[in-house]
Amino acid sequence: MDFAFMRDAFLTLIGGVPLTLNLAFMSVGLGAVLALLLALMRISGVRVLDWPAQAYVFVFRGTPLLVQIFLIYYGLGQFRPALQEWGLWAFFREPYWCAVFALTLNTAAYASEIMRGGLQSVPYNQVEAARACGMSGFLLFRRVVFPIALRQALPAYGSELILMVKATSLASIITMMEVTGLAAKLISQTFRAVEVFIVAGLIYLILNFIITRIIMAIEWWLSPHLRRPPAVEPRLEAAHV
Amino acid sequence: MQQLSYFELVGFGPNGWGWALLTAAGMTIAVALCGFLAGSIVGTLVAWGKIGGNLVIRSLADGYTTVLRGIPDLLVIYLFYFGGSAALGAIGSLFGADGFIGVPAFATGAMAIGIVSGAYQAEVFRGAYQVVNRGEIEAARSVGMHRWLMFRRIIAPQVLRYAIPGLGNTWQLVLKESALISVTGLVELLRQSHIAAGSTRRPFDFYLTAAVLYLLITWVSTYLFQRAESHSLRGMRRAS
Amino acid sequence: MSNGVASLSSQPAPSEAAPAVSVNNLRKSFGSLEVLKGVSLGAREGDVISILGASGSGKSTMLRCINMLEVPDSGEIRIGGETIALRKGRKGMEPADQRQVDRIRSRVAMVFQSFNLWSHMTILENVIEAPVHVQKRPKAECIAEAEELLAKVGIIDKRNQYPSHLSGGQQQRAAIARALAMHPKVMLFDEPTSALDPELVGEVLRVMRSLAEEGRTMLVVTHEMGFARDVSNRVVFLHKGVVEEEGAPAEVFGAPKSERFKQFISSHR
Repeated sequence: MDFAFMRDAFLTLIGGVPLTLNLAFMSVGLGAVLALLLALMRISGVRVLDWPAQAYVFVFRGTPLLVQIFLIYYGLGQFRPALQEWGLWAFFREPYWCAVFALTLNTAAYASEIMRGGLQSVPYNQVEAARACGMSGFLLFRRVVFPIALRQALPAYGSELILMVKATSLASIITMMEVTGLAAKLISQTFRAVEVFIVAGLIYLILNFIITRIIMAIEWWLSPHLRRPPAVEPRLEAAHV
Repeated sequence: MQQLSYFELVGFGPNGWGWALLTAAGMTIAVALCGFLAGSIVGTLVAWGKIGGNLVIRSLADGYTTVLRGIPDLLVIYLFYFGGSAALGAIGSLFGADGFIGVPAFATGAMAIGIVSGAYQAEVFRGAYQVVNRGEIEAARSVGMHRWLMFRRIIAPQVLRYAIPGLGNTWQLVLKESALISVTGLVELLRQSHIAAGSTRRPFDFYLTAAVLYLLITWVSTYLFQRAESHSLRGMRRAS
Repeated sequence: MSNGVASLSSQPAPSEAAPAVSVNNLRKSFGSLEVLKGVSLGAREGDVISILGASGSGKSTMLRCINMLEVPDSGEIRIGGETIALRKGRKGMEPADQRQVDRIRSRVAMVFQSFNLWSHMTILENVIEAPVHVQKRPKAECIAEAEELLAKVGIIDKRNQYPSHLSGGQQQRAAIARALAMHPKVMLFDEPTSALDPELVGEVLRVMRSLAEEGRTMLVVTHEMGFARDVSNRVVFLHKGVVEEEGAPAEVFGAPKSERFKQFISSHR
């Protein structure tokens, strides 16, 4: 094993970390907004809201992320004249924005289920207690329901973030030079797949480790009443491929 | 030239890509299935290491699942595709062959899927093993069953039964992961759609069709796994 | 009265009965806790021995040692004249010959407190499993015999049901049928009625009593004083890992020598 080469490879690949994190945080952040909307539609009890949200989740969880990315990046090119007319072409022409868009839509589907689980886990008696204090509507949601649900959903959301870090690697297929993109380029230049794989894998593991720690710290900070470190187990069903 | 309608495009007529897409969907299922089965073997061995191994084997098994679940699947596919070619190239040069030797894309894909899904399946199997009632294992020992017989008759059937929902999830993962194999040039569903999209300049129509076919496969396999689950659970619930 | 009681005396049973199980100076520790501190016990063919004791007295551990579910730290176990060979392993003692253990296990049947029927098999499948796959007897013969046994314990109508569909008492009777199907020389019962609802205890005890009347060799760890008094021909009381009192039921229940056994009897009716 050539350690000098691996060091150089590390220095090359580390240059892709900002883009990897950028894509991950951007899409998870935007996806959270959409996910909350979807989760509220799901638990609204109104069929015309619940049904489209359910269909959305089914479609985005049931198809490969790469197909979604291609559909947006290549597929929408078919409608270029219309998109140009609406002034959207500047957005869909950019692989970065297409990647962010696809990742956002994808994570929203998974995250909405996490949020729904969190919201449904809020004990009814706590809602009742809040009502008894005269809270209702948005105030009740903001002060009681949401904080409890957030605490409940956080471990799963942490896993989702890690899955998204992995999922950003697919952006390399539409020319984004994040860590996997740089790794693929380096392999095709040097044909040293094993060394590059080890270095790139290590970078992802380090990123995941740091994110896991941060999530655990936030969990600890959010649960003064519990103060036990719950394990963050990656959810199986939620990997994005 | 007149634009073909969507249904002419993806249909089975002279200008249609219907057969090509269906064949490719078959390839998707085939590579996913081979990868999944390879993953079952890997997963069984790794789970065994996690449960019954000594400290070294257990750490290796734990390391395996942590690493494989923590890095992008695409990297693993690149490793097998490029790494496999490099290895074959090195062997080839011993026999005087020169230059880049491509690995068969199907084998690469199935192997990569097997290695990745093995990590997930190991966790599924380990979890299922932990649910098996210790007393039933003890009863098997008490009647004089030796290890292999006990594994075959008592442990494996029960682990399999408890593992079905988790295996169903893993299968869905594998199915979606198989789309990544398209980067190696294997003509599975996504690759075929890519080819068709390029030659007809109708990318949206073809990727949408691919998405629908993936959904269809997902939907059918969900149904089959549910059937398997309810079949395997006979006798598990109390008759009330 | 049963023939078990007929052969009853404070001395070991008359010499025409061959020794079925003998345990000599058995010791077993879990970590720093010494559970068995040199227990000895002998059972002749046809003996029904009730093993009494408070929880933690080591009675279950001793039973489990006889079936090698626990491996003793020292001491000797003989089943039908054959001594189980032990050797020092990396983690304490281990069986020297796993084949011998498997062979002996198929002659020493165990009935567990929690039944431990295999949940993925029907009752009939549970009963024929070991005869077919461990003892390698013809399946048809095993099925016929299993059906007889299930009829005997009174659950023949449940033969194609799964364990979870049966009541606790029915499951335990199925477990007894499973044990009988192996043609055991000795039957070990580890608190067979402790996990049962009170109204289901009777049906299991009835089956056990009929087995005793057939002259089967049984070692029974139990809290059922009625069974110990009326069915068994010998009672062994364990306390803190040693045999504290031993003898024929009439004798030990009538005039207990040990103070602790007196207390034990009075706290169990």
